[in-house]
Amino acid sequence: MPAIEVENLTKEFNGLTAVDNISFTIEKGEIFGLLGPNGAGKTTTISMLSTMLDLTSGKASVNGFDITNNKDEVRKSIGIVFQDQSLDEELTAYENMDFHGRLYRIPKEIRQKKIRELLQLVGLEDRKDDLVKTFSGGMRRRLEIARGLLHEPKILFLDEPTLGLDPQTRNHLWQYIKKLNEEKNITIILTTHYMEEADKLCNTMAIIDKGKIIALNTPGRLKEEIGGDIITIESPNTDKLAVYLKQLPWIKSTQKHNNHLTINLQNAEKHVADIVRLSEKNKIDILSISIHKPTLEDVFLHVTGKTIREEEASTKDNMRLRRRMWRR
Amino acid sequence: MDIVYAIWLRNIKRYLRSKSRIIGSLGMPLFFLLILGFGLNSVVDIPGMGQDYVGFIIPGIVAMSVLFTSIFSGIQIIWDKQFGFLKETLVAPVSRMEIMLGQTLGGATTAFIQGIIILTLSLFIGASITNLIGFLIAFLFMLLIGLCFTALGIAIASKMEDMHGFQLIMNFVIFPIFGLSGAIFPIDSLPSWLKTVTLLDPLTYGVEGIRYGLLGTSHISPLVSGSVLGSITLVMIILGAYLFRKTKV
Repeated sequence: MPAIEVENLTKEFNGLTAVDNISFTIEKGEIFGLLGPNGAGKTTTISMLSTMLDLTSGKASVNGFDITNNKDEVRKSIGIVFQDQSLDEELTAYENMDFHGRLYRIPKEIRQKKIRELLQLVGLEDRKDDLVKTFSGGMRRRLEIARGLLHEPKILFLDEPTLGLDPQTRNHLWQYIKKLNEEKNITIILTTHYMEEADKLCNTMAIIDKGKIIALNTPGRLKEEIGGDIITIESPNTDKLAVYLKQLPWIKSTQKHNNHLTINLQNAEKHVADIVRLSEKNKIDILSISIHKPTLEDVFLHVTGKTIREEEASTKDNMRLRRRMWRR
Repeated sequence: MDIVYAIWLRNIKRYLRSKSRIIGSLGMPLFFLLILGFGLNSVVDIPGMGQDYVGFIIPGIVAMSVLFTSIFSGIQIIWDKQFGFLKETLVAPVSRMEIMLGQTLGGATTAFIQGIIILTLSLFIGASITNLIGFLIAFLFMLLIGLCFTALGIAIASKMEDMHGFQLIMNFVIFPIFGLSGAIFPIDSLPSWLKTVTLLDPLTYGVEGIRYGLLGTSHISPLVSGSVLGSITLVMIILGAYLFRKTKV
């Protein structure tokens, strides 16, 4: 039995399709990433899977339980860290944990023991009696993760776990998440719009854009699918350059993007000189040139035709509109 | 019951921790008590109560502090909504009914404590302990007011997105309930149309009940007050639970 099974899941808000007919399976023990720009439908997907939001059509099961007909069992099986903070700032770290333990009906002795263990795991045992309002962003996140684990969930949902954290704290959190997955064998589903996060953490990832899953594989495979090397050229005249390059047999594909041209090819080191010579001959200026192995950034560009930052800019207005509609 | 207790406990902890809230919400009732009480004491004579005006309004002011605190406690779930904490509660495998009951009992308890504080303070300006049974009756009515209006607060909060509508609630719900309740005037001497309005206000029965407990006399029989307020409280809890069940975060 897989940890999570999603079939043709769809969610509409007043005619706007936030999640559009997506399907995927997450095996036990995996770290599964939903990568996409803001407003792509990641949080909506997580909200449906965690029973916080009713689905419009399709079906899904979590830990073998249907998310529509068996909400309580689903809720018992999962731990969740929401994108926005959900701690009570007027309570101490210990009290927040204790409240959670009581909500999940964990008997007192076990509760006390587990709270101590988990606070230790996330390095907050010294601060357990301090009010949460005195905590930094990273500490709050760690506390939320510890809290999400208190009732020993089979599956942990992390919605943008490192959003707004500094790089060092982010690195620490990644280590925690990896450790949890390895030592406790917890299945983890996380959403992110950080490429690096998805690359470092996930065994399998789905790229989601405008509510649809447009690529689904391991980060390694996704990069392999592009294959070879990537040369990125910055030039004021990418159109002309692209035309010339397309005639060359060893160029697999090119993609224009503002004044950047991304070229996909084998053995870039050998051919870079040819490209420079070609543009020299045709009087095309080259402002900069770089060679690298395909990254997830390139994968994203390849499947959506845009960088993730541009996607965010274009969905922002859309999101604002949607948020206003929710408010009503 | 564990869940109701957990939510009740959180409410009490937060209440005891916010000293400014405790002291702040004593302000208005104390002003009313001192300004109205001593300002009007020499010019107002309440017929048939055997009490001066200060003695007459003490039960009303106690009811007022319970009313204010309980509606505020109910409306507080808007903060939980805005600060995200409500999600943590709603995603747990517990029923909305348990959450709502815990919140109601928590709010009612804090409102009750707030009422006790006013009652204790008023002992220094004229109220006197006449008999223990009377006090217990007053306590019972204070608890009922607390339950009734925390539930109303939750019902209102379930329908509100943020605190923007708060002024509206203050001016068009809380003050009318207080003003029309006979807390600061005897309902018997009102014109009949206004008396009808006061009899539609649930707080009237609370005030009358507390007044009976503390002073030994009231316009409405305590049994009538008790059963009317009890029924309205039940309706409010059902209404609050119904609306809270539909609330989204």
